[in-house]
Amino acid sequence: MKRIKPFRVPRGMENGQNHALAKKIQLDTSESYRGATLFRGDLSVHIKREGLLQVCRLLKIDPTLDFDYPVHITSVDYPNDPERFEVVYEFFSIKKKHRIRLKTRVPEDDCTIESVTSIWAGANFLEREVYDMMGIRFEGHPELKRILLPDDYDEGYPLRKNFPIQGRGWRDRFDFPV
Amino acid sequence: MAVETPETREDKKTLPLLKTEELLLNLGPQHPSTHGVLKVILTLEGEKVVKSEPVLGFLHRGVEKIAETITYNQFIPHTDRLDYVCAMYNNFAYVRAVEKFLNITIPERAEYLRTIVAEVQRIIGHLFWLGTQALDIGAMTVFFYTFREREALLDLFVELCGARLTTSWYRVGGVERDFTPKFIEGLYQFIETFHTKIEEYDTLLINNRIWLARTKDIAIISGEDAVNYGLSGSVLRGSGVDYDLRKVSPYGAYDKVEWTVPLGKKGDTYDRYWIRMEEMRESTKIIKQCLDQLPEEGGYKAYLPKVVAPDKERVFTDMESMIYQFKLYSDGFKVPEGDIYCGTEAHKGELGFYIVSQGGGKPYRLKIRAPSFIHMGAFDFMSKGYMIADVITIFGTYDIVMGECDR
Repeated sequence: MKRIKPFRVPRGMENGQNHALAKKIQLDTSESYRGATLFRGDLSVHIKREGLLQVCRLLKIDPTLDFDYPVHITSVDYPNDPERFEVVYEFFSIKKKHRIRLKTRVPEDDCTIESVTSIWAGANFLEREVYDMMGIRFEGHPELKRILLPDDYDEGYPLRKNFPIQGRGWRDRFDFPV
Repeated sequence: MAVETPETREDKKTLPLLKTEELLLNLGPQHPSTHGVLKVILTLEGEKVVKSEPVLGFLHRGVEKIAETITYNQFIPHTDRLDYVCAMYNNFAYVRAVEKFLNITIPERAEYLRTIVAEVQRIIGHLFWLGTQALDIGAMTVFFYTFREREALLDLFVELCGARLTTSWYRVGGVERDFTPKFIEGLYQFIETFHTKIEEYDTLLINNRIWLARTKDIAIISGEDAVNYGLSGSVLRGSGVDYDLRKVSPYGAYDKVEWTVPLGKKGDTYDRYWIRMEEMRESTKIIKQCLDQLPEEGGYKAYLPKVVAPDKERVFTDMESMIYQFKLYSDGFKVPEGDIYCGTEAHKGELGFYIVSQGGGKPYRLKIRAPSFIHMGAFDFMSKGYMIADVITIFGTYDIVMGECDR
């Protein structure tokens, strides 16, 4: 059985703990907060999976944060990490003109996370794309099904690192002249 | 007068004796006005749209997966194929993201060259949009007029880089080659007469009763909803939200020239059309000022041997340049560990690249924030309650290109 290592904020980046937005999130949702990094001026706040909806509501509703614009939602696969998938949310505030990136981790054996479609309507298609490409299930999503690939596609999730570039299934048996 | 919204348009007065039922209609994938290969499953009540479900992915090529296996420079031609009618802006957005990652600045002249070409591309994009949108609505003449000017600009692109559509002219650290005197002269000539051409389009459309009936009060979206759905570009500004990345986080030479961001009031298709017409006028202003201010010194690319390829003449005569050239094209340049997001205001909306690197010459993960894809997410909301004929106009008003939407 794999031993679960405690989560560590990646090293080698400038520390973002002192950023005003990170401090605010840490103060209001301290039990979900894991750390913050600042790289090339982009603030990333790492949070726990359980506290995602709580943090997102804070981001949307709090007048000093006021993140009303969903920029993108994506996911990154780290096959060697205990919590394999990283779901990345990027938000922008039209009025305050600041942006933030939320990062949360999802383990492979329980590949689910809560959906934020109830907070930002634009998250609908973005979350469907993440599900389609990486296989992360969003709980509470109104219509979670494949979006770019066909509905009956059963060869897995193509953006995972163990998915071969040429594809799976019948495409494996091509004989390429070398 | 009360504003018509999808809710108020809902016709509640059905005749009691008439039996009605909903009709399911497949629109596409092979439909001439779907701007690519797009299918929409429409649920209709009479001629009114009750629900619409876009079925995407007919042009899915796995660009994000391909990006993980090639170097950063090799990915530039792939960005051309995203939004294939506006390749220059895709190059620009991608190159800017990589430069933000590498934390490099480029010469001022290169910034001006980039801005000029990006604005030329914006005009081409809007001309293409205007022609096809009018064609969808039934006004065929506009198409011939806008494509006349588009051809003139594409000929300038041929002069600049040898290609019409898939240009790949931008490079990390600069551009591929400098302007020729013929290009500058041709662009000046175009700019001088272009405002009369825009007036010509106006004479075709602005008093056209069919055009007004098909665009006014169609697909209204409030500013709040548009923000909530993540819409960007002309669609967002048509609803009166002042969000233009060229102003919010200036890049290129946009902060050195004078121009304004046109904003709509109502958020209907007509406002979005008006915004695009105004943007063409603003682009003309930007190009004019940039050409006048174009600095002579600085060169068209930065001197960074580990990132930017050396000149070809030097490669053949200088040992060191040859080594740099070889290393650059075999391994690519090294990018530090980390992740960045960089958004650029393309003519369709915010085109962003989110890149994760674990060091080395290839991206670990590359995500493209395609405006067309996000606009399609609001399609169901915006088409509800309108006629089936308006569905075609609503595709058009986003200015979607499926190559970018499906990636």
